[in-house]
Amino acid sequence: MISTHLNDNSLIGAVHQAVREAVEHHGTSRAELIPILADVNRAIGYLPAEALNEISRLTQLPKSQVFSVATFYRMLSTEKLGRHVVQFCESAPCHVTGGRQVWEALQDALDLEPGKTSPDGKWTLVTVSCLGVCGVGPVVVIDDEIYGNVTPEQIPEILARYA
Amino acid sequence: MKAYRSMVLVSNDAASLERGAQEVYQRLQEEIAAFGLQDEVSLSTVGDIGRNDAVPLVIIYPEATIYGPVRPEDVHFLVEEHLYKGRIAAGLQASVRELSGRIAWLSARKGTLPAEKRVILERAGLIDPENIEDYIIHDGYTALAKALGEMTPTQVIDEIKKSGLKGRGGAGFPTGLKWGFVSQAPGEKKYVICNADESEPGTFKDRLILEGDPHSILEAMAIAGYAVGAEEGYIYVRGEYALAQKRLQTAIDQAREMGFLGKNIFGTGFNFDIIIHSGAGAYICGEETALIESIEGKRGEPRARPPYPTTNGLWNMPTLVNNVETLANVPAIIRNGADWYRSIGTPSSPGTKVYTILGNVNVTGLIEVPMGITLREVISIYAKGMKNGANFKLAQTGGSSGSIIPASLQDTPMDFDSYNKAGVSLGSGALLICDEDTCVVDLAKVLLNFFRVESCGKCTPCRIGTQRAHQILTRITEGKGQMKDIDELLALSDNLTVLSNCGLGQTAGTPLKDILTHFRAEVEAHIRLKVCPTGVCPMETRTRVREKALPA
Repeated sequence: MISTHLNDNSLIGAVHQAVREAVEHHGTSRAELIPILADVNRAIGYLPAEALNEISRLTQLPKSQVFSVATFYRMLSTEKLGRHVVQFCESAPCHVTGGRQVWEALQDALDLEPGKTSPDGKWTLVTVSCLGVCGVGPVVVIDDEIYGNVTPEQIPEILARYA
Repeated sequence: MKAYRSMVLVSNDAASLERGAQEVYQRLQEEIAAFGLQDEVSLSTVGDIGRNDAVPLVIIYPEATIYGPVRPEDVHFLVEEHLYKGRIAAGLQASVRELSGRIAWLSARKGTLPAEKRVILERAGLIDPENIEDYIIHDGYTALAKALGEMTPTQVIDEIKKSGLKGRGGAGFPTGLKWGFVSQAPGEKKYVICNADESEPGTFKDRLILEGDPHSILEAMAIAGYAVGAEEGYIYVRGEYALAQKRLQTAIDQAREMGFLGKNIFGTGFNFDIIIHSGAGAYICGEETALIESIEGKRGEPRARPPYPTTNGLWNMPTLVNNVETLANVPAIIRNGADWYRSIGTPSSPGTKVYTILGNVNVTGLIEVPMGITLREVISIYAKGMKNGANFKLAQTGGSSGSIIPASLQDTPMDFDSYNKAGVSLGSGALLICDEDTCVVDLAKVLLNFFRVESCGKCTPCRIGTQRAHQILTRITEGKGQMKDIDELLALSDNLTVLSNCGLGQTAGTPLKDILTHFRAEVEAHIRLKVCPTGVCPMETRTRVREKALPA
C-alpha cells in the first residue's frame, strides 16, 4: 500500500523541495523519471504519494506511469523505512556458505519478519537478490556499510553498532 | 611496460589526504630512494577502496598487504621491513574487518595464482583507475587511435568477426555478427549500450573491470560506435555499484577533457559521447530489452522479440548492446589483431574468460583464464581445493540462470561449444562450488525463490510458473512432497523454457530439470522416505512464530 496522507507540513515542504530540485537538475523528459525518483528517494528516505503526485505534476507524466515505475524497482521505496535498513542477500552463493543460519540469527535478533519495520522505527529488514559482493558471502548490508563473511555469532555485535 | 618487483600504492582520496597521505607519499619516495630500491619498486596512488577507517593506506603488491593508518614516521620501518627485508611490517597492517567486497577484490588482485592469462584484467589493480594518464601509459586509447586512423568501420567489424569473440554476458552470441547487424540496420541515429547491470548472483566480474579499468570500456564503446555508426553511448550500471559509477564518471570526464570522447575525436570528424545510467535494483534489467525500457524511463519489462535491439532498440533506433566483459576484449583485439586473439583459448571459443569462484572452497575470488579450462582445474589450482577436505558435489554456473553441473562433468572443458554439447551452460562466469553437504532440493528452492522474486510479472508462464515451482519445492523440503510433484516440476520446467517471453523465465526452469536429471534419487528420497540425505531440509513445517511459542 502506498501511504496517501502526509500530516506533517514540514515534511510536505521537504518533499516539494526535493522534487523541485530533482526535476530542475534532470529535466522533465520521460528518460529522466528514474533518476528523479532516485534523487527524491535518497533525499526523503522513501517516496510518499505526495512526492509522486508532485513529480507527475512537474514532469507532466501521467500519475499511473510515475507510480508504476516507482513500485517496480527495489531501490525505490513507496513506504517509510526504518532509520537503518538491513539488507540480507538470500541468493545461492550466500545461502550455501552459511546464509541460512545468518538469516535466522538476523530475524531473531531484530524480532522482525522480512519486509517489516520495527515498531520503534529503528530497523527495516529486507531480503535482496544479490549485492554484488558474492566473494565474501554471507553478506549483510546495513545502510551503506557492507559486512561480508558474516557468522550468526557476529550479528548481535554488528547490530549494536547502530544507534 | 617496465617490470617492478613490488608495487606500492598510497590512498589519495579526500579522507586520506586530510590525514597526511601526501606526506606519507613523499616519505615513501625518499625512503625507497634511500634504500636504493627505486628501480625495483614502483610508487603510485589509489583512490577510495572502502577502508576509510584506516586511512592513509599503503598497499603493497604482489602480496596485497594493506597497511594503515600509516603515519609519516612509520614509513622508514615499513620500507625497511617490507620492501628491503621482504617481510610484513609488524604492527602496521590495517585491522581486518569483516568486510568488504573491495578487500576481496584486493586479495583477488594478488596475481600470484598460476597460469592465469590476463587480457581483460591486464591493467586492473596495476593502474590508478582514476588517472587517465596511467591508462594512456599502458597502451590506453591506442586501439581507438588505430581504429579511427587506419581502419574503416567495416575493417573494424571484420577484425572483431575474425577474432571469434563471443558475448560474455551469458548467451555467447558472436560479437562481430551483432556489430554487423547494427551497422547495416537503417536508422537516422544509432546507439551503443554497455550492459553493466550485472545482477546474476555470484557474478561480480564486471564490477571489478569497471572499478579497476574503466577507461578500457570507454575506449571499447568509442570503437564500437565508430564501427556501427553511433555517436551516443550509454552505460547502464547496477544501482548497487556506487564505486564503479563514480570511477566511470571520473573516467568519462577525463576522456572528454583529453579529447578521447566528444566532438571530432583525433581530428577525424568522429563524434562519440557516453552517458551513465544508474539502475535502481532490478535483476530483469540485465535483459537487453528491459534495460532499454529502463533507460527510456519505464518499468524494466522485456519487450517481445523480434524485432531485436539491433534494428529497433533505444528510442526504436538500431542499438548495439554488449556486456562489459565483451567490450573489455575489444581494445586488445584491435591493438594486437584477431590472429593474436585466436591464439588464446579454444578454436571455437577464443580468448579468456573471467570467472568468479565461490562456495565451499578454500579460496574465493576472481580469475581470468583461457577458455577451455576444466572445473577440476579451477577447484584444485585456483580455489586451492574444497574447504575442510570435503568432496565436490556440484557446481552452479553463471549465477541463477546457469546450470547445475554434477561432479561427473568436472573434466568437460569450459567453453561455449563443449558445454552446449554436454547440455549445460556456462552462464555469466560465476562458479558456485558446492560440497556434499549441499542439498539439491534446497538449492533449487533458493534459485526458484530468486526467479520468483525477480520475475517482472509481465508474462504468465514466468510469473505463475516460478511461484508454483517454489511452492512445490518448499513442500518437498517440508516432508510433504508427493511423487506426482516430480512430473509437475518437469512440466513447469518445460513450460518456463518454451513459453516465457525472455531469458529470465526461459532459464528459470533449468535448475528443476538439472536436479531431476542428475540428482533424481536425492529428490525422491525427500518424497518417498521423507528424508533429506544431507540433513539440510527441515522435513517439517517450521515458522519462527511456532519456534518462539515453545517453552524455553
